[in-house]
Amino acid sequence: MNSLKTALAAAGALLVASAAHAEGELNIFNWGDYTNPELIKKFEAAYDVKVTVTDYDSNSTALAKVRAGGHGFDIVVPSANYVPIWIKEGLLLEARPDQMENFKNVDERWVGVAWDPGRHYTVPWQWGLTGIGVNTSVYKGDINTSAIFLDPPEELAGKINVAPERNDVMYAAIKYLGGEWCTDDKVLLKKVYDKLVAAKTKWLAMDYSVTEKLPSGDYSAVYYWNGAIMRSRLKNPDIAFGYPKEGFPFFMDSVAILKDAKNPENAKLFMNFIMDPENAALISDFAKYSNGIKGSGEFMDEALKTAPELNVPAEFEAAGAFIEPCSPEVMELYTRIWTDISK
Amino acid sequence: MQPHEVEQAAIRRGTMRRWLLSAPALVIIFLASFGPLFVMLAFSVLEKGDYGGVKPWTFSFDGWANVFFQHDIFTGELGFADAHLSIFWRSVRLSIITTALTLVLGFPTAYFIATRPRKTREIWVFLVTIPFWTNLLIRTFAMQEVIRNEGVINTVAMRLGMISEPIQIMYTDWAVLFGMTYVYLPLMVLPLYASMEKLDFRLVEAAYDLYANRFKVLRRIILPLTKPGIIAGSILVFIPSLGAYVTPRVLGGGKNMMLGNLIGLQFGKGNNWPLGAAISITLMVVVMVALLVYVRATARAGGDDRGR
Repeated sequence: MNSLKTALAAAGALLVASAAHAEGELNIFNWGDYTNPELIKKFEAAYDVKVTVTDYDSNSTALAKVRAGGHGFDIVVPSANYVPIWIKEGLLLEARPDQMENFKNVDERWVGVAWDPGRHYTVPWQWGLTGIGVNTSVYKGDINTSAIFLDPPEELAGKINVAPERNDVMYAAIKYLGGEWCTDDKVLLKKVYDKLVAAKTKWLAMDYSVTEKLPSGDYSAVYYWNGAIMRSRLKNPDIAFGYPKEGFPFFMDSVAILKDAKNPENAKLFMNFIMDPENAALISDFAKYSNGIKGSGEFMDEALKTAPELNVPAEFEAAGAFIEPCSPEVMELYTRIWTDISK
Repeated sequence: MQPHEVEQAAIRRGTMRRWLLSAPALVIIFLASFGPLFVMLAFSVLEKGDYGGVKPWTFSFDGWANVFFQHDIFTGELGFADAHLSIFWRSVRLSIITTALTLVLGFPTAYFIATRPRKTREIWVFLVTIPFWTNLLIRTFAMQEVIRNEGVINTVAMRLGMISEPIQIMYTDWAVLFGMTYVYLPLMVLPLYASMEKLDFRLVEAAYDLYANRFKVLRRIILPLTKPGIIAGSILVFIPSLGAYVTPRVLGGGKNMMLGNLIGLQFGKGNNWPLGAAISITLMVVVMVALLVYVRATARAGGDDRGR
């Protein structure tokens, strides 16, 4: 935490110092606690651009703010399931990152993606998955299953934290009961509902403070993002990571340029900049998620290269999938179920 | 012109000038208080956008209808909106308990301050206002340090051997009550103190002279005379408790929502702005009803005084 604070302070000092002589500006709108200050510092030094990073906490917040206008941002980092909405609403600039110099470094796996085929609008920032984190000093059984939070073992009951994310939780529950994402099968959804209502009585919280409370022992198990669980393990070696074999969601957040950006040229420079393996490695070093740039591994911290949270074992690869956007009717149904279980 | 006509013209000019001079203030007050309200009202009767927002000029009363009634998710039957009603009830219940707790704790505090010598009273009142210097969010996180499993209460109780396992207070309704009582206590103490300061303690002495015991003095003298303070304090605590967002979010663990969180959900991940707007206005109506009750109650208290 102290090194983070020092880094932030350094970045802040640099922002102030460079404000006086910077050639241009770049305003980045990104998820909180997600942008490495060292990366920003390096970009500022390389291009003499003053960068300002503003945080958001959810895709819908970011979308609502940008849609309202007058935001002044150049770059936004939406998740895969939100990119098509941003494109459809005409909010993104077709920056053609696929024609940029460093695009050759992007892993083929992340080029032909459903949400931006051929990458005409976005470049990868980080990707990860929602999985299971368990304190092995409390529970020693199989942790590669969603049963950890949907049918909790006795040792963990009342000590579980679940990410307060409708999509991630609904996805795991639907898969656990043998359904497909975006299903509107009421019989199955009723089972999902009953399962979640019963499971929730065994949950302690639905909160975002995992990197602090999983290592401290306040939570003994979580259903949460892999990078945060890795950060927890670095603080407490008893934490282990599990891949829910019934099915788990992948996510990828991608960097896009806004159509009404004031500094589109600087934003393009930034896009190209983060596709350089050395710079992509900086992104991962900070937030502990994978980045999708080939060759970035050799520049990363040693701990990331071998991390069980980041290197999906072959046997679990097929269980993961990206959460597709469903029709508004199905989404409304899922929201209703979600509101109902969080009442 | 007759003299009285000149006088009337002068009065008219005076009135006119007063209106013109206060116009800027009136416009600001009007825009600031009714502008946002009007936006909320408009949003509540529009159709919801597919991914948040509203569809302009497509009217729909779904938002309002869904506050209390909803089609069952699975059978499609129309029934009470169970989720909203239970959240609503939790908010009202927790707010009432919070109000009661702050009253029980605040009444003796205010009495204590009011019975100190005049000079030291100011110091005590000053101490009561100190927590306001710190942001609500920070006070709430500080509260978390006190009640969490490895927090102050549990650590001390375990060291003293009173308990062998930490008591789970965080993420329960108790934690929310604890937090709200702490945060809103000054709002109860200050109006109570204001009305107790005005209390004529010679009446208390007179009651003792007439062989009233302590309980009787409290019930027949102090309580009736401080009633306006009790009511004002209760309203001041009840209203913000009802719309609380931060405390249930941080101390309640996000598992059980209160009205503030339900509204937040509709504007965020729920993507149902009309419903969010309708619930907000419903909350405001409840607050207004509470205020009306307050005004009626204090008016009656005043009437009693005159009658005596």
